Amino acid sequence: MSNESIISPENLVYAKPELMNDNDMHYCPGCSHGVVHKLIAEVIKEMDIQEITIGIAPVGCAVFAYNYIDIDWQEAAHGRAPALATAAKRLLPDKMVFTYQGDGDLSAIGTAETIHAANRGENIAIIFINNGIYGMTGGQMAPTTLPMMKTATSPEGRNTATMGNPLKILDLLSLLDGVCLTTRQSVHTAGAVRRTKRMIRKAFENSMANKGTSIVEIVSTCSSGWKMTPVEANNWMAENMFTFYPMGDIKNV
Amino acid sequence: MSEEITLMKGNEAVAHAAIRYGTDGYFGYPITPQSEVLETLMNEAPWKTTGMIVLQAESEVAAINMVYGGASCGKASMTSSSSPGMSLKQEGISYLAGSELPCLLVNVMRGGPGLGTIQPSQSDYFQTVKGGGHGDYKLITLAPNSVQEMADFVELGFELAFKYRNPAIILSDGVIGQMMEKVKLPEFRPRRTEEEIREQCPWATLGKPASRKPNIITSLELDAEKMEKNNLRFQAKYREIEKNEVRFEETNCKDADYLLVAFGSTARICLKTIELAREEGIKVGLLRPITLWPFPSEILSQYADKVKGMLTVEMNAGQMVEDVRLAVNGKVKVEFYGRLGGIVPTPDKVLEALKEKVIQS
Repeated sequence: MSNESIISPENLVYAKPELMNDNDMHYCPGCSHGVVHKLIAEVIKEMDIQEITIGIAPVGCAVFAYNYIDIDWQEAAHGRAPALATAAKRLLPDKMVFTYQGDGDLSAIGTAETIHAANRGENIAIIFINNGIYGMTGGQMAPTTLPMMKTATSPEGRNTATMGNPLKILDLLSLLDGVCLTTRQSVHTAGAVRRTKRMIRKAFENSMANKGTSIVEIVSTCSSGWKMTPVEANNWMAENMFTFYPMGDIKNV
Repeated sequence: MSEEITLMKGNEAVAHAAIRYGTDGYFGYPITPQSEVLETLMNEAPWKTTGMIVLQAESEVAAINMVYGGASCGKASMTSSSSPGMSLKQEGISYLAGSELPCLLVNVMRGGPGLGTIQPSQSDYFQTVKGGGHGDYKLITLAPNSVQEMADFVELGFELAFKYRNPAIILSDGVIGQMMEKVKLPEFRPRRTEEEIREQCPWATLGKPASRKPNIITSLELDAEKMEKNNLRFQAKYREIEKNEVRFEETNCKDADYLLVAFGSTARICLKTIELAREEGIKVGLLRPITLWPFPSEILSQYADKVKGMLTVEMNAGQMVEDVRLAVNGKVKVEFYGRLGGIVPTPDKVLEALKEKVIQS
């Protein structure tokens, strides 16, 4: 049997999502962003909500998220995505509004906007990429950086006595009455990808059903920032990040 | 009801005018002396009538970014604050200008720097007309001198903002915001429908139909060549606004030997100074810039050929006077009189200053 004879529609088991365009991705090899983008594109298509979806892009590596998924996007200032999403969803209550934010964006400079949007129970979905580091600016310490983890601004490792402790913002958000879903996932195995996709869909459905704020944290790799190969980064994440940021739902109502 | 004349504060007039204009969203945060804008809106509860959204944000930073999110959807979005709060909003204002989004801002100025005072001031002139946030941008700046203009400039501000896809700001002060005057409120206009927004603002992020490419609202462009082009496009727009939208008011200027130049509440005080001066036989006129940007440079340059001297009067240490001097370009003497820290100048002291600094020297 030749390769050519296998390539036929009835044998198709996987294709690039329709909503992912052909722009070259700027993400590093092994980065989790690409997988999460793909899942978002798939979920929007499967829910058939492309025409009513508004995405809010962050500042950070995903600042160019709008270049890859064919929906309407707003590009926020650093940390302010939940404020933009608040207005968009309040003014257009029939739309599906989501933010896509990293850990520096969401849990450092945007802490106030995140906490208060969630506390008001804004009917938005927040996709939260937590890789424990500032990727775009070159690998500096983030609020989520693990103790003793080396970064460009903690070259001796994060000293919790002087640099503070890693912030489990998902746990904080889970305490808020306005929040209907907090879940922590990853995309480093096929099973993890499937679970993450289910939770992204749940978050988007919650936005459409006006159930309150949903936050899907995706513990992710940054092989460039961590200075590891993609495989090493996945293993390091599973061994170290998951201990501090355990997988699973914290709140799902 | 359109002939109804009401007595109210300037801040209240802004709120009522916003509802009547058909504003879609107001996002604010309390700060003296402008809190009545948010309070009045909450009392009026326009979400029950026009559908206007009113939200008290967690900070001025959040409020301006809500305006950014609403404006990105093509919705008529606004916020108001006072000086320290406006400093916090500068980040968002720069993004709004950089993303070419229409919106309406209101600053009811108080004295600074820092926490300063809650008393009136005009010391945010530089911040507003020279660009308080980062980058080369301009705000269409309207300076009301009455409660009536506080109401009227809501519509004017939004119209100009949407016409040019640029933020507009009402630069008021604690006097205008807090004082009560008669005002005739504008008539109710319906809020625009989503279909109307799609037609009038084809760039708005309302969800992507299959028939068009994604709409992306962003101020980011890492390619220097493209970013320079963006900047040049903004500058071309600013020159267009400077050509078309200069507004000013002349009082007793035609026969004047001396010209007072003042905006906002200070211009009201100068009207009395003109009376006092003319009682003494001194021919004084007042040129009141209504748009602080674009600035009425041309008319000031023309008067520079006719009058013997000018006195710029402001509630600050001398800010607009720099633009008056640029406009006049040395053709005539331009002096400055101002009070600081929340003190409002009196008409007789303005006249004294005119005599000492311009007429006698």
